[in-house]
Order: sequence, then C-alpha cells, then structure tokens
Amino acid sequence: MKDTTPSATAGVRHQPLYRRPFFWIIALVTAAFAGAPLIGNNVELREGLLLAAVYIILASNLNIMLGYAGYINFGSIVFFGLGGYICVYLVGSLNWPLAAAELVAGLVVSLLAFLFGLGILRLRGAFFALATIGINEGVQAFVANFEPWGGSAGLYLPTTIFAPFGGPMQALWIVYFLVVAVMGASLYLSYAVKASKFGLGLIAIGQNEDAAIVLGVPAPLYKAFAYSLSAFLPALAGGLYFFKSAFIQPPDAFDLGLSTEAMVIVMLGGRGTVTGAAVGAYLYEELRGYLLTSETFSNFQLVVAGVLLLLIVLFVPGGLMGWIYGRWPRMKTVLE
Amino acid sequence: MTALLRIDNLHKNFGGLRAVSDLSLAVGQGEIVGLIGPNGAGKSTVFNLINGVFAPDGGRVEFRGIDITGRAPYEVARAGMARTHQIVQPLAELTVLDNCTVGACFGRENLPLARARAVAAEVAVFVGLDDRLGMPAAQLTIAGKKRLELARALAARPLLLLLDEVLAGLNPTEIERMVKVIRGIRDQGISILIIEHLMQAIMGLSDRIVVLNSGQKLAEGTPSEIANNAAVIEAYLGDPALAAALHGGGG
Amino acid sequence: MLGTIASIIDGVLIGSVYGLAAMGLTLIWGVMGVVNLTHGAAIVAGMFALYLLTSALSVPAYAALPVILIGGFLVGVGLYWIAVHRLIGRPPLMILLSTFAVNLVVIGLGTAVWGTGLFNIPVTLPGVTWHRYTFPGTHILAAALTAVIAGAMYVFLYHTRLGKAVRAVANNREAAELAGIPTTRVLSLSFGLGVALAGAAGMLISTMFPFTVLAGDAYQLKSFVVTALGGLGNPAGALVGGVALGLVEGFAAQYMPVSWTLVIEFVLFVFVLILFPRGIFAFRRT
Repeated sequence: MKDTTPSATAGVRHQPLYRRPFFWIIALVTAAFAGAPLIGNNVELREGLLLAAVYIILASNLNIMLGYAGYINFGSIVFFGLGGYICVYLVGSLNWPLAAAELVAGLVVSLLAFLFGLGILRLRGAFFALATIGINEGVQAFVANFEPWGGSAGLYLPTTIFAPFGGPMQALWIVYFLVVAVMGASLYLSYAVKASKFGLGLIAIGQNEDAAIVLGVPAPLYKAFAYSLSAFLPALAGGLYFFKSAFIQPPDAFDLGLSTEAMVIVMLGGRGTVTGAAVGAYLYEELRGYLLTSETFSNFQLVVAGVLLLLIVLFVPGGLMGWIYGRWPRMKTVLE
Repeated sequence: MTALLRIDNLHKNFGGLRAVSDLSLAVGQGEIVGLIGPNGAGKSTVFNLINGVFAPDGGRVEFRGIDITGRAPYEVARAGMARTHQIVQPLAELTVLDNCTVGACFGRENLPLARARAVAAEVAVFVGLDDRLGMPAAQLTIAGKKRLELARALAARPLLLLLDEVLAGLNPTEIERMVKVIRGIRDQGISILIIEHLMQAIMGLSDRIVVLNSGQKLAEGTPSEIANNAAVIEAYLGDPALAAALHGGGG
Repeated sequence: MLGTIASIIDGVLIGSVYGLAAMGLTLIWGVMGVVNLTHGAAIVAGMFALYLLTSALSVPAYAALPVILIGGFLVGVGLYWIAVHRLIGRPPLMILLSTFAVNLVVIGLGTAVWGTGLFNIPVTLPGVTWHRYTFPGTHILAAALTAVIAGAMYVFLYHTRLGKAVRAVANNREAAELAGIPTTRVLSLSFGLGVALAGAAGMLISTMFPFTVLAGDAYQLKSFVVTALGGLGNPAGALVGGVALGLVEGFAAQYMPVSWTLVIEFVLFVFVLILFPRGIFAFRRT
C-alpha cells in the first residue's frame, strides 16, 4: 500500500527547525493570511479567511490526537466553546482585559483537559471517542443551566469592550490578526510536536499502543499531555472568536458539527501531516462551496462531509498529502 | 553472584486456568538462560509477567535488586529490560530507523531524539538492517521484521533482553546468522533470557536451561543435564521430533 | 410504593427493548471487533420504516416487524460490504471513521427529507390495568416481541450450525478460517443481524414513543451504556443491561426533567467504562 501516513522523520535530519524550509513555508502562509485582506481593506475576504483560520486551528490541534496518537476526539469542539465562554465571561462580566482573559481561558481549559484526559484516555477506540462526545454534551448541558454564564440564552458583550482597541472596526482587525497568529502557532505546534521525541512517542502509540508501551513509551502520561496540549490553542481561538462576535450561546459554542468537519479536514488533508490541516481546510471549503451553491441546510453539509469521509477512509486513507508523499517521496523532505 | 533478574514463586491465574504456578528462576549477569517447554507451558506468559504486561497474582519479580512486580511495561523498559515478541509487532508505517529510534528514545538511556537516532543507526548495522533504514517496517520480509524486533530492543541498550521465539519462521541460514547475533549481544555484556522451540539452537546458546510444563518448573540445569533428564524427555514425548532433538542436541 | 413498583415494571418492559438494540451492537462487536457507529442510524431507520409502512402503505404496525427484520438484515449486509469489508485488516480507527461517515450521511439525508420534527405512530392496543396504573399495551407487546426475537437469536446461536460458525468466528477468527468456515460470509451475516436487531428495536420503540430523525444518537448512546453495563460481545448481558438502564431511567424520570436524562446517561457511561472496563456483568472477552 503506497498510500501511507508519512513517517515522523523521513530521512535523517539534524538541522534545527528554523533551518528547515517548512518552517518558512508556515511563516509565509501565516503572513499571507495576515496580509491578503489588508490589500484594499477587504473586509469580506477577512471574514472568509477568519473562518478558514478557525478550521485550520481546530484541524491542526485535532491532528495531534487523531493524526499522531490515533485517538478520535469527536468532541474536540468543547475546548473551543469552553475557551470562548471563559473569555467572554471574564471580559464581559468581570471587565478583564482581553489578553488576561485569553490566557486564563487557555490555561484553565488545558488543565481541565489534562485532568479529564487522565480519566478517559484509559479507554480505547470507540469508547474514548464516545466519551469525548459525552464531555462535550455534558459541558454544554452544564453551561446551558449555569445562570452566571447566561444559561441557555447565552452571554452578550456590550460594544464598550471594543473601546480599548480604538472602536469596533479596529478591534475586528486586531482580533483577526490575533486569530491568524493562533493559526500560525497551531501549525508550528503541530510541526514541533512531530519533530520531537514526544511526537515520536505519540506516533508509536498510534501505530501500536501495546508495542509502544513495551518499548518504554509512558503512554498514559503522553496521551493526557497530548490531549491537554491540543486544547490550548483552540481555547484561545474560541475566546477570540466569541469575543469578536460579542455573543456566545451553548449550541454555537459546542457545535459537534464543527468538530466533525475538523475531523474530515484532517482526514482529507492527510492524517499525521502538518500541511494536511491547511490543505484540507482549503479543499473542504472549496468542495463545500461548490456542492452547496444555494443550499444552506446544515444537514446537507454533514452529508457531504460524511460522503467525503467515507471515500477518504476507503480509498485514500492517507489523505491528499499521503497520496502526494506516496507518489513523490521527495516532497517529504520539504513539506511535512 | 547477585542475580540480575530474580523471580520468586510467581503465580498467575486466568479465569480458572493456572497459567503459571510457583515459578522461581534467576538470570545472572552475562548469562544466557533458555526457557523451554511444550506448547502451552506458559513461557510467553512468564515473559508478560516479568515485563509488566500482566500483573502476577502472587510472587515477586526483582530486577537489579529492585522489586518491579506488577510495574507497568514502560517503567520496566526504563529500568533496563527489553523484550521481543513471538508475533512481531513492528510499528508498521514507520521506517526501520524510526522503529529503532523509538527503542533508543524510551529505553534505559532515555536519549534525546538526535542521539537516539544515531544509536538506532548503529544498532541497525549490528543487526544487518542498515541497507533498509528508510524502508517502512510493513514492507520487510518476515526475517527482516524479526531482526527489526531485535534491533528495536537492542536500541534501548538494555541490561537484560527477553527473546521470545526470535528464530521461529526463519530458514537455516537466517537461523545461523541470528544465533551469531545473539552470541554477539552477550559478548557486549547483555544478559539474555530466551524462549525457543528450536532445540539445537537453544541448547547450543544457553548456559542454563529452565524447563516449564503446564506453568510449573519441571527442571533446571545445564543443557546436557536437561537433555538427559527423564522427566523432561517424558514431557516432550508427545513430540517425538523434539524429544529426539533434545537427546541429540545436548551439550 | 405501588407507584415505584409500577415504574419498575414499566422500566423493565421498556428496558428490554433497549437491550434488544444493544444486542445488535454487541453482536457485531463480539464477532468482528467492530464498533458500529451506524447503529443509531439503523435504529432510526427502523422507526421511519415503520412510519412509512403504516402511513403510506397502511400496513398494520406489528405486521411490519418481519419486513423490517429482513430489510434491516439486507441493509446491514450491504453496509458491511460498502463500509467495512475493505477495512478489516486495517487499524480499527478506520472502521470507526467509516461507520461514522455512513451515520453522518444517513442522518443528514434523513433530516433533509423529514426535518427535525417529531413523528408519531398511532398504535392502539388495550393496556393492562393494575390498581391505579395502566401498563400500555404497546410496552407489553414490545417486551414480548423482544423476548421472542431474543429467544430466536439464542436458538440460532446455540442450536444451529450457522450460529455455531458465528460463535466460532467470534471466538477466534483465524482458527475458524483454518477450520474451513467461510469467515467473510459469517462477518457479513453478523453485521446484517446486528443491523436487523437495531432496526427491529427502533420499530418497537416507535410504537411506544414519538421520535425524530435525531433520536438515533440518543438511542445509540443508550445502546453503548447498555453494552458498557453488560459487557461487549455478550448478548445476554445486553438484555440484562438494557433492563437495568430502563430501571434507572424510570427512577430518574420521577426526580428530574427529561432533558437531563441524556447527560446522566453519558456520565453513567463514562464512569462505568472507567471503573468497569469489561462491563459490570462481563462474562468473557474484552
């Protein structure tokens, strides 16, 4: 089977990360995202790219669990939603500055993820996957009944929150750049993990967990850490996204459809690759736009996602990048 | 001589089945100890009890003077014990080099990635896989996979190596090659506990032999003592080829 | 006191149908080590199949049962060949994803056709009255039919040659293959049976309660909770676990709003799995 998930360290490379071409490719993509909408003050493009960036953030971080360690996290959106709620609450109700609220959101969500992770990562395969849905639904149900956070009606932010940034127009741009920064960070994180000893351990777990354990990989700790790590940046992204929207409510924050789409993006682009998240997001957006020209039923969205996922799993399990690396192995030395 | 590995009164039940009863044995520094017995005697289970895949129901496992009974396999690996499996477990999509690097990273020396890769490359040469470093493990031949299993264990720089039927499925030339490699491993100072069905090979390699039957120790001694032990021969009577080999392969 | 007994009995009746659904899930797992994430969709399909048969074709409700069983079986076999067969040797992750994908497609199409509104199948059946309480006839008949189907499964598995082959493959696929059993046929048959059981359970549930297209996820979760309680690969345990779940639901319904039921079940699921990885009533295999 030529079409396989790329190996962690194709060939022997001794260079530090910043010497490798891929480091600069990520920088370029991030710069492009930041710069493109600036040309002609293109707000429409900015909004489109913001959504794409969010998908890339979700997919890259999901890849750490799904692509490297081989654990399906259906409910990964819970990090995004919870991060959003913590940030919005701190800014709106306690008048914290955005930066502090973001930091706390990220840290709290990561910590919770670590603790929960220790518990549920003892479960394998489908049980872990379903437990992650359980966590998402459980958190959503809790939030929907939690009055300080607006309950099922949600939380609104007054427009005064944009004042420190010089008004809403400025704020939207600044938030956009911050989201792009988080996107860049996500790609770098995915890359750094893959090139590290920790990443090799995760990938070994993904290949054969029992064999990895016998080889000395401290699986329970590594898995919990990966789960926690994969929560941090999505939490930040959630905080930014809902801050910008100035409104958050449970069904938007904890939308399982979004994490499902993130999963399809990871598989489409190439599970276990860094480029896969970005390429997959782009492809998915294009495909979706093409197939759903007038339809805005979210149901059809998921049908498309489902068909795509099935075809990928059956015929191209390595995704686009997997297929490319199978055909042109040299590409592995440049891309990841 | 304080034993490197010491097992005292090890016990394990699965449901109603006594897989291992009251087993005691020791492996000294620099020794090769062979573990033999008819099929189903519990040999692989003993390995699983030693390296922590199963927790024993009773008894004690001591390694380098420390009680490791029931500790998780990754802790045991870190302590300096490595193991191969009867049914090989390659990390299929990773290359030969990466497979060995995993061993080097998470074994006794707990090496950082770059150092581990270097060690992995050395070990691959020793085992004869250096011409296939970049090949995905899934594409190796069965002999190659066996060698990879061994290389990965060696990359961890263990003090004790548990070999589980590492010669099964190999042709005579490959067997001869592997036996030389195993001797070379001992020459490096690594102690070995080896399970093997190939009588001539194990009799030739081992300093001492422990015979297991239905989970219990039947006999223990030098290869020639075992070859002439009536109880052992009787246990193998169900397998005349083995019995013959036992008799002919002693010393 | 009487009220509690009444809800216990009703819980047993309803729970047995949960057990039937879970039997389908656990059979597939037991035979081929696959967790079928299309299980929920199969349940919903049974519900809507009955709806179509009774409304469009005016088939009397319970007469549709054999149709749904056979239809479910055929769909299950088809599903095996489309989404599972190709992936048998591969990492289990892949089959999870493929069955999940099919589930997405089916539920998505279902929502597109039928929306997310409530549906109901009017079934009038005389109930059984006991003191102040009436046990709905639909509940009683559903439990009875569950018993019949479960009994038939038992007879099949333990007293027919094909059933023996299924158990052999469940026990050790390689050995069964060597013994000359056509394992692929057994696998596809088992998948078909699993889906048929799920569809039948869906049908019976639809005679008792109103349902939506999205109900599949909720009932799939219940099946998972039941298999966690009863042990994977253990059909008898599934039935017992189902009854247990029915009891828990009956009690909970008296003390808290229905919207919390799902959350409680999820929490129960996660806790049971962490504390009893093999199921509370596990008799064999992981």
